[in-house]
Amino acid sequence: MTWVNDVVQGLLLGGLYALFATGLSLMFGVMRLVNLAHGDLSIVAAFVALAIVDTVPVNPLWTVLVVVPLMFGVGYLLQRGMLNYTLRGGDPLPPVLVTFGLSIIIQNLLLEVFSADSQGLDAGRIEDASIRISDRLAVGWFPLLTLVVGIAVLAGLQLVISRTRLGRAFRATSDDQETARLMGIDNRAVYAVATGIALATVAIAGIVLGIRTTFTPSVGPTRLIFAFEAVVIGGLGSIWGTLAGGLVLGVAQTLGAQISPGWGVLAGHLVFLAVLAFRPTGLLGRTVPA
Amino acid sequence: MLLQVERVASFYGDFQALFDVSVQVAEGETVAVIGANGAGKSTLLKTVAGLMARTTGTVAFDGRSLDGMPTHRRLGLGIAMVPEGRRIFPSLTVEENLQVGAHRSRPGPWRVRRVLEVFPALADKRGRPGSRLSGGEQQMLAIGRALMANPRLLLLDEVSLGLAPVVVKRIYETLPEIVGNGATVVLVEQDIGQALRAADRAYCLLEGRVALHGPSQGLTRQQVTDAYFGMRSA
Amino acid sequence: MSATPTSAEVAAPGGRRVQRATLASRVWLILGLVAVAVLAAGPLWALDSVLRTLIGFFTLLALATMWNLLAGYAGLVSIGQQAYVGLGAYGLLYFADTLGLNLFLSVLVAGLVGALVAIPTAALAFRLRGGYFAIGTWVIAEVYRLVVSNVSQLGGGSGLTLRAASEYDRTARLFATYELALAVGVGAVVVAYVLLRRRLGLALTAIRDAEASAQSLGVHVFRTKFLVYLVAAFGCSLAGAVIYLNLLRVQPEAAFSINWTAFMIFIVVIGGVGTIEGPIIGTIVFFVLQETLSGYGAWYLVLLGAVAVLVTLLARRGLWGLVADRTGWSLFPVQRRLQDLHPSEGR
Repeated sequence: MTWVNDVVQGLLLGGLYALFATGLSLMFGVMRLVNLAHGDLSIVAAFVALAIVDTVPVNPLWTVLVVVPLMFGVGYLLQRGMLNYTLRGGDPLPPVLVTFGLSIIIQNLLLEVFSADSQGLDAGRIEDASIRISDRLAVGWFPLLTLVVGIAVLAGLQLVISRTRLGRAFRATSDDQETARLMGIDNRAVYAVATGIALATVAIAGIVLGIRTTFTPSVGPTRLIFAFEAVVIGGLGSIWGTLAGGLVLGVAQTLGAQISPGWGVLAGHLVFLAVLAFRPTGLLGRTVPA
Repeated sequence: MLLQVERVASFYGDFQALFDVSVQVAEGETVAVIGANGAGKSTLLKTVAGLMARTTGTVAFDGRSLDGMPTHRRLGLGIAMVPEGRRIFPSLTVEENLQVGAHRSRPGPWRVRRVLEVFPALADKRGRPGSRLSGGEQQMLAIGRALMANPRLLLLDEVSLGLAPVVVKRIYETLPEIVGNGATVVLVEQDIGQALRAADRAYCLLEGRVALHGPSQGLTRQQVTDAYFGMRSA
Repeated sequence: MSATPTSAEVAAPGGRRVQRATLASRVWLILGLVAVAVLAAGPLWALDSVLRTLIGFFTLLALATMWNLLAGYAGLVSIGQQAYVGLGAYGLLYFADTLGLNLFLSVLVAGLVGALVAIPTAALAFRLRGGYFAIGTWVIAEVYRLVVSNVSQLGGGSGLTLRAASEYDRTARLFATYELALAVGVGAVVVAYVLLRRRLGLALTAIRDAEASAQSLGVHVFRTKFLVYLVAAFGCSLAGAVIYLNLLRVQPEAAFSINWTAFMIFIVVIGGVGTIEGPIIGTIVFFVLQETLSGYGAWYLVLLGAVAVLVTLLARRGLWGLVADRTGWSLFPVQRRLQDLHPSEGR
């Protein structure tokens, strides 16, 4: 019955993936922009947390209080100062080129500044503590916390989108940005806030990842791929779909790794391709991927 | 003069849609802009709303030049537009569409409840997404949405487009109620009769220029036809 | 179906003709032919090290031209072309070493393998659009990498060396590889040019400018994009095979590395997206930068990325765009112009 344990572990991993995917999904939903540097930005957050922890000896979890607002600001400025210009004219090429370029820049800057060594954030005993549920099933505190945080962030975002003035501005701008301007909504600011929120969530994800495993300057793209797969599996246009997609991906990878250690990631890829082949709208998606 | 459009030319890329157009609207007036398809009527409204990327000349609102002011700030001044084709937000509900209209509203009497009183057809569809409304309902919603900002100047673009005559009539019947508290209205209309009945004054555009203007009661049918179709009188 | 005119001039009604060639392009055509002839005689006058650098140059030119065809003309922004570089390399390995096919023939077959694999790949990837299409192609490239890494016959994760190459004398092999690289590089440019001169070119421009309108006018959008994707896959696989014919050691991490795409993107962006001349200029700039900055490690890549970002934001049409705007030159004229045969007659 180890597969039950695997599924549970997979779900917990999936919570982390959902957290990564949230920002990507939000940016695409609001402004049809896919940020290829998304994963790398989570690693930036992890390195900032590392720098803080190296200077001030606190538990890395506390760095969230500083890094999250910081990354929100970075996202806001990045969108306002650079990415907004790539959205003019409806040409799909510039956003891809600029965010890809950013990805390369970030990875190599981190490499020069921090070296290629594996790094980790040490959160102490919470990393190892677990709850014993049965003879064969133990649930780690930290992975559980991650899943809970992931769900909380998604729920919070869903609330913002469906109940607040900002959320309506997001949706209106996404529907019809020209008419949204007629309503007095400033696109440029709306987009910037969306990116700010996206980077804030990915910062949490990056720090959590740094605690859970090790990281290096070049693992950003892998995070991006997992986030992307979670979004597609779950379905574009749906916040809860992103959660579902993350969970499915986590389970697929964990089960795959049981078959053979090298197969975990591949199993996830195959599930992604299968969804793309047989159900392109995703599990909970509302629109065809576009 | 609440709105002063002076010698305006507007372009879609390289294509010039308006040539040297001047229009004046006093506070409290209802002015109609009529003309054939492609005459530049919608372009004129878009220019006032700030949606045209390239435009020359001056647009002044309440004595203040709007040159270079981005669209979203014009709403704050009191200019609201009901765009051509209604353009309600499909993924938002009726109520949310109205709430978005108030995103940057001025103080005033218009609230969700009041809009639903004026357009009772929408009242029991509050929670319905915009995409699931009929054409007439969408038009009412679009107008209500613009009203939520409590505008001083309301721009109505082709309200009758694609709607059954009965529905158009009903919408125009509510116009006085909307305009009742001193709002100024500029309406673009294909239906000449309806436009002239609703408006105090009218401008007729032909191929991007003003071909005729005057009080709507004072314009003869012949004058209007000539200006509309560009006939030179003998 | 009416015959598609292939000559540069076509009679059009009313005393006008459709013309493509300009004076500048004719001059450059002659210069180009001379240059190619000189380069083909490379083994006679160039050092071995120079030949090796040129192999890298021409294969990268081929890759960049293919990427440009996809992104600049067909609107397919792929960041997964490294899949075909890898497939070309492993195709070469498989056919030459495992199956014992002639070494140079294997290069061609490797190209065909890439084109074949592109068929189901496109079927899946085309379900996505824009930025998601981009990442999707990357994921698929990763899948190919992982699958290949797990096949022990092909060397698994640590890779294999091309043994069939040792059957040939080193110098002869170098010369042959060089000529092959030249053929692939020049061939890629010629193929791109020919494709764009024909109806396909007009179709692509129409799709790029306004896809929905193009579709309503009868342009087979899907088929056109599909064809271009196949051609690009073939070209990239061919280039990949030649690259590893030169390098000899094939490892999945390197053969399927995203860096290939990074280089393609940099070259095309700097040179000018959506022009045939762009990749040529871009490759030259890239090689110059590589020679001068290779000692600086990761800073070199930071610079590449920064330049690509700045060029995209500020000079969207790249270096060739700047030149073309000033001079009106078109070395590879694909635009058709209407020329009045009797300019004195009134309209």
